[in-house]
Order: sequence, then structure tokens, then C-alpha cells
Amino acid sequence: MAIDMSQSTGVGQSGGAGGSTAVRWFARGNIVSATILGAGGWFFGHWWGNVIAGHYASVQNSGTNDVSWLLGAIFATVAWFIGLGALNHPIAKLWGGEAPMPEKKDKYSLWEYFSYSTDHKVVGIQYLFAMLLYFFVGGLLALGIRTELLSPTYHIWGPDTYIEIVGEHGTMMMMMMTSVIMGPFGNFLIPLMIGSKRMAFPRLEAVSFWFTVPAFFFLLSALWQGGFQSGWTGYAPLSIQGGVGQDAYLFSFSLMAMSMLAASTNMVATIINFRAPGMRWSRLSILTWGMITTAFTMILSVPVLIDGLYVMGMDRAAQTSMLYGQHGGSPFLWENLFWFFGHPEVYLLALPGFAMTTEILPVFARKPIFAFKTSVAGMIGVATLSFFVWQHHLFASGMNPDMRPLFMLSTELISIPTGFLYLVGMGTVWRGRLRFNVPMLFMLAVFFNFLWGGITGVYNSDVPVDALVHGSFFVMAHFHFTIMGQLMFAVFGAIYYYTPLLFGIKLSEKLGKIHFWTMFVFFNSTFLPLFIVGWLGQPRRVFEYAARLQTLNQWVSISAYGLGLSLAFFVVTFIWQLVVTRPKSEPNPWDSRGLEWQVGIPVPKDNFERIPVILSSPYEYGNPNAGPMADLTPSISSVGSDV
Amino acid sequence: MALKTEDSGSPAAIARKHGSRIVAIWFILSLITDLVVWFVWGPHMPPGTMTTSAAGQQFDFKVLTVMSVPVLYMVWVYGAYVIVKFRDRGDHEDGYYMKGNRKTQALWYAVTAVLVLTLAGFGTYELVIPAGAGVGEGPSPIWKPADTTHMLQVQVIAQQWRFTYRWPQFGGMETTSLVLPVNTEIQFNVTSLDVIHDFWAYQLGVKADANPEVNNVAYTKTQQTGRFVVRCDELCGIWHGAMYNYGKVVSQSAFYQWATSMETQNAPLTKLLPKYSSVYVPNDNVAGGQYFNG
Repeated sequence: MAIDMSQSTGVGQSGGAGGSTAVRWFARGNIVSATILGAGGWFFGHWWGNVIAGHYASVQNSGTNDVSWLLGAIFATVAWFIGLGALNHPIAKLWGGEAPMPEKKDKYSLWEYFSYSTDHKVVGIQYLFAMLLYFFVGGLLALGIRTELLSPTYHIWGPDTYIEIVGEHGTMMMMMMTSVIMGPFGNFLIPLMIGSKRMAFPRLEAVSFWFTVPAFFFLLSALWQGGFQSGWTGYAPLSIQGGVGQDAYLFSFSLMAMSMLAASTNMVATIINFRAPGMRWSRLSILTWGMITTAFTMILSVPVLIDGLYVMGMDRAAQTSMLYGQHGGSPFLWENLFWFFGHPEVYLLALPGFAMTTEILPVFARKPIFAFKTSVAGMIGVATLSFFVWQHHLFASGMNPDMRPLFMLSTELISIPTGFLYLVGMGTVWRGRLRFNVPMLFMLAVFFNFLWGGITGVYNSDVPVDALVHGSFFVMAHFHFTIMGQLMFAVFGAIYYYTPLLFGIKLSEKLGKIHFWTMFVFFNSTFLPLFIVGWLGQPRRVFEYAARLQTLNQWVSISAYGLGLSLAFFVVTFIWQLVVTRPKSEPNPWDSRGLEWQVGIPVPKDNFERIPVILSSPYEYGNPNAGPMADLTPSISSVGSDV
Repeated sequence: MALKTEDSGSPAAIARKHGSRIVAIWFILSLITDLVVWFVWGPHMPPGTMTTSAAGQQFDFKVLTVMSVPVLYMVWVYGAYVIVKFRDRGDHEDGYYMKGNRKTQALWYAVTAVLVLTLAGFGTYELVIPAGAGVGEGPSPIWKPADTTHMLQVQVIAQQWRFTYRWPQFGGMETTSLVLPVNTEIQFNVTSLDVIHDFWAYQLGVKADANPEVNNVAYTKTQQTGRFVVRCDELCGIWHGAMYNYGKVVSQSAFYQWATSMETQNAPLTKLLPKYSSVYVPNDNVAGGQYFNG
């Protein structure tokens, strides 16, 4: 077993860095030098691109040079990582030394949260705030869309700005939110849940986070470069037609794909190899199961996305013709590559949400998870089937009509493992003693919201009905119920649940309930009418719609403002409690049996003084004979004593 | 404490007691709602019954809704019951220790599997029998209408950002409006000149992507006269939202009159068009973006 039993498993022993403090500071890398170097890298790449490709015609209609843009972005990213100190370790290794890297600490200064940290708890917090930032930026863009749709003709944004906002919103949410649970909660909690002092590859962990930052800024930069007209789906030849904003789309999406690969590889390696003694697969927490399933799905699907984006980049910058006709390419290639990643991707969003829900539910139902194996089978089943359904996005495309019954079947089969998750949830609350704290309210809302998303998913999978609803607001409402209604509710519930562990504070129940009820009501009031809107014939991504649909659209827009206010309320109260009032929490405020709650608050720098020995499942609520989940101070003789 | 005295008895007896209440409430609510969905709401569901494919979509939507209602109620009624009955009574005790139930799980697997397979079978039947249900079937359709002899051919040409229509049976003329005869089998041949669009004739129940250099065939049969709207349903650039127009289904004689007069009127223009073809490929070598036949 690859478990280091020694006391100081902190990554990166402080090496033999000589010189003054200032030199060491720069040698370690930081966000300032990263920004400066990144800007320099951009200008160098841009200049070089113009030198080698400035003379030949740019891609049609763009009036700009994609080669210099892409080279600028590549050099900026590499320089950014050099500035962060990401290459210090490999370079030092090449010279036969050790790179100076920060030690793990009990308490970090604020500045250290902006560094290339290899402490899984720091990375978790970095991810949490970054993901919330990305989410709220995407949310503001959504309010921009709803503002335009107050009127059936265009009135606030021009059609070009409107389509930019739609594309930015979609891409921001679909691309960045893939890590909204694995990033913060996965990195922070998984070592605690499996009884490890760290993640398997701390540097991979750091790189996975720091990829998201340039991805976010490059994606946003599209807004002042004419945006991209293609939406997050980036269908060719439209995506070949666009200006450099499209390069920003493909480049930032690639960076996020790298981030996903790094994070998921690390997650798989950690969960397989770093489990404490006695942590059998049957005793693994359901969140850990969710993470390893999601991570495997990512590893298998994300490379296809990178491939597709590479092809798109070549078509745009190097004048190849793989994604459009004329010289032998086909737009169907992109549609297939994209959705072969894109459909597993929606489960990359949904699965962690379900894992989190199933993780938190038993704590507040005071019962074990009902049918644990079924729950795991449900997640694995969803993940596996997700690779066999991608053409259901293309029922109207004219591609392979004879395959439609097959894809209809495989898509509808997904209802079976998804149904398992309902069976598990409903079984878990049966004869429980439900405690309606804020996290529990969010988890119950997940089941309510996802029911709409799941049921309407069956409508979408049925080809004749899909002929009606494909590409309409009906589909749009469907996936907002499955992603926002499921994943984001689980995330907010998890924030309320885990703040004691993450920050040592317990968020106010009263404020949390105000946030929950406003968010729940306004969310449903925003998205339920959109099913009707789409059903009555409003296509997605339009700025003009039938005048008869105005009342419904206005209702939705006003509800969306309410939803925005509810989330703003969360931001204000969260930051207020985090920074100003800091309501102190007890070590295990929810009476959880989970290993992550047994280490105390704040979590010690190495998580566990000794590697614990796991004695039972984390969910033995209501079992009168249940001992503690783990022996945290094991002697040699206690290893194996559980059998 | 109250709960404890109430809940004495074997687990099976308790399950029967609560379960029978839940099932009774669920059954009554589902039955009432389903009857309302089928008889009151169903006949008014979009997209109406202007064509066979629209009527088919309406019927399928109705069937799926009737099947969804009991599922929704199952979760809602169960959830509400559990929230009311099995809450913490302030004593902070744990719930009933139970890690699964073989019978319940087996029943659940069986019911969901049967439901899903039934739906897939139903969907396949409704797709294959009505000749593709109005969805684009690509260049060589495999599900065709029984009678193809009196079929009206309409070519839909999408480009940024408008639809035009060509009529091979009327001299290959091209029109900007879409007029169709009632009680007629129609074959739409959908293609694009630039990016991917989607021809969505809402009330006709027809949807087919317009792909550049690909012909996408969809069938339907008109059965009522009236107006319909055509919208682009695949993001195609800045003016995607404004890419729509209107058409109408008229009597067969009115259609014939319209078509022949358009043919005469358009004859000088038709001569300038590329020869009618299933797809058109842009010719980059000619200034002004001419098209030749693919």
C-alpha cells in the first residue's frame, strides 16, 4: 500500500533554497510574477504569430489573424505557469536538486491562497471561491439574457451582443462548472474521507486549479473581441466563420479540459491508492464513489473534446478543412466529437451532485444509506451509459436515421440507473428522523428539482416528441433543472454543510433558510414556465420571439431577477459571516459519523496524526451496536482487528 | 415519543400501514390528473393537428404526460408524507436502522425496467410507422410514406439568415414564401448554403437540420388548412433570432393556382438559378459567391 505512515508527509519538504528572502519569494513563484510573465508571453506569441502568418489571409470574415491570437494565448499560459513556479520542481529535479516549495501549515495567510499551493486543503478553498466567482459571472450573463427577453423584439442588446452573452453564459457554466464539486469538495474532502494525509499528486492538483484561472479570463476576453456566435456547442462551420472570439472559446475550453484531466487523474490515483487500512470499497463514502466515477468518466471523455478543439483550431488557424465541406471535411465530425464528450459531460455535472446529495442525506435522516450498492451501481451505470447516447442530440441532424431507435433506447435506459438514485434517496428517508437544517432543505430540493429534469429528459429522448421540443426552450429548461436545480442546489447545500470544516464557522440557520426558500421558489418560478415557452414554439438563443409569449417571458425574467437577488443575498451573508461575524462552530455540528468530521476543527495540517484504521461504514446511523467509524490513534495491533 | 407508540409492530406491518396510505393518495391523485390530461388538456396540446406528424407529436406528448403524472405523484406524495411523518420530534434520536430491502429494490428495478422498455418500444413504433415522425432522415430515408406517387416535393434552402423554397415539380422555381396544399403527402428536402440551420415548421410538426452540402429529407401529410410559422432552430449566427417566416396550408386548387402563377411570374429568374439539385456547393473561384450543383 502506498501509504506513507511517517509523521511528515507534507508535500515539498522545504529544500535547500539559498539566497535572500526576496529571491526565494520569486523562485517559489507567485501570482504577481505569473501575471507579468503571462502578459509578456502574450505579446511575444502574438508578435511571433504575426511574423510567421501575418502575410496570409486570415479566416473568412474575421479580419484578424488566428495564428497570432492562438500563439499569444499559448505563450501566455506557459509563461503564467512559469511565473507561478509550476516548473521549479521539474527544472530543479533536472539539476539534481529539490525545488523550494512551501510547507504545509496549520493556518495560511490570505496571500498563500493566491499561490501555487500543493496543500489539498488550500486548493479546495481556492477552487471554492474561484468556482463561485465563475458561477456568479455566468449568472450575471444569464440575467443579461433575461433582460433582453423582456421584450419580443430586440431592445437592450443588439443581436450581436445578445449572441455573445448567450455563448459566454453557456460556455462559462458548462465548462467551468464541471469542477464545482470535484474542485472544492473533492480536493478538500477526499483525503479526509479516505484517511489520507494528502492527494496522490499534489502538483497535479495545483496545476488543475491554476488552469481554470487563465481559462476563465481567456473566455471572458472573448467579450471584448467580438465574442463567439456559436454558443457553447461551437457547431462548425459557424465556428470556423467567427472572429478571434472563437479562438478564445476553443482555447479556454482546452485549458479547462487540461484542468479536468489533471484533477481526475489525481482523483483516481488517490482514491485507489491512498485509502487507509480497513477502508474497503464497501466502506467508502458515497461522495468518494461519486468522485472516482466522475473522474473515470472525465478521463475517457475529455480527450475527445481536446481532439475536437484541436481540429477546430487547425481549421481556423492553419487553414485545414476538417470540419466543413469544400475540401473533404464534414460538419458532422464536430457534432460527433463534441457530443461524444458533451453527453458524458452533463453527467460530469450531474453525478457529483447526486453523490453529494446521497452523502449528506443520511446525516439528516439519521439512517444508513438505503441500498448502498444500488446507489454505487446507479452512478456507475449512468457513467457507463453516458458514452452510448450522444447522438440523441442529433436526432434532427439527418445523420444515421437508422440508429435512432438504438439511441432512443440507450437514452431511456439511463432512467434506470438514475431511478436507482431516487430509490436510494426515498429509501433513506423512510422511517428516518429528519432534521430540517439548511443543508437538508437543499438536498430535498435536489430531488424535487431533478424530478422535473429527469421526467422531461424522457420527453427529449423520445424521437417524435423530440421533433417538437429539440432546440427549443423546453430542452433549455430541462437541462437547467438537471444542472442548476440539481448540481447547484447540491453545491449550496454542501457549502452550508461543510463550512464548519472548511472555515471553522457555522453559517446562520435563519439566513440560510431565507436564502434557501427564495432560491427554491424563484428557481422553479424561473424555469418551470420555460417548459411551456419552449413547448409553444420558442427556439433557444433567439432575441426575437412570438408576441403571444411575452407574458410568460416577462414572468420568467422577473423570477430570474428574484433568483439573482437570492444568490446575491447568499454572497453578502456568506462573506459577512466569513469575514465579520465568524459564528464559531462546534467540531461536529451535524453529528456526522463521517471520517472527515472526526479530525477536529480546524483540520490539522496533516489531517491525521496517524493514518487511521477504518472500522465500519460511515453511515451506521441508528445502529445501536455501531462503534466509531475509525480508530484515529491506532496501535500496530489494531490493524486488521475489525475482521 | 408519540411516533414510537404509534409505530409499534413489526417493520412489515408499519410499512403496510404507511405504504397503504401513500398508495391510496397517490392512486387517487394520479387517476384524476391523468383523466384531466387525456380528455381535457390533451386535445389542446401543441403543436396541434395540422399535419399527420404534428398530430403524432401531440399524441406522443399526451401519452408521455399520462405516464409521467404517476411518477411525479409517487415522489411528491411519498416525499410530503415522509416529511410530515418521519421528522425529528425534538429528541434528536436516530431513525430506524435499515440498510436495504430486497423486495422493494427488486420491485423498483422491475417496474423501472418495464416502464423504460415500454417507452422505447412505443417511441420506436411512433417513429417508424409514421415515416420518421416529421424528423429529418438524411439523404436516403429508410422510413417512407406508403404512397409516394402523388408526393409534393419542396426543397428548403437555408442560408444566413433566411429560408427560400424550390419546387422541382414547378419548373425548379424558387420562392420566398411557403404555400402547401391540404391533404397532400409532402417531402421536404432540407439543405443549407453556409452553416448548419434547422427547418422547424412548428404547426406542421416538421424539424430537420439544414446542413451544408447534405440533403435532409422529412415527410409529413397536411390534413388541415391554416397558417404556420417556420423558425430556424439551430444557432446560425447573429441574426438567428430573426430567421423565421410564415407559410400557409390552402386548398389543393388554391395551391395549384398559386404555384402555376408563381412559376410563370418567376420564369425569367428561374433561368438564372443553378440547376435544381439536392445540394448546392459554393464556388469560391467566382466573385460574388455563386453556387454550382453538388
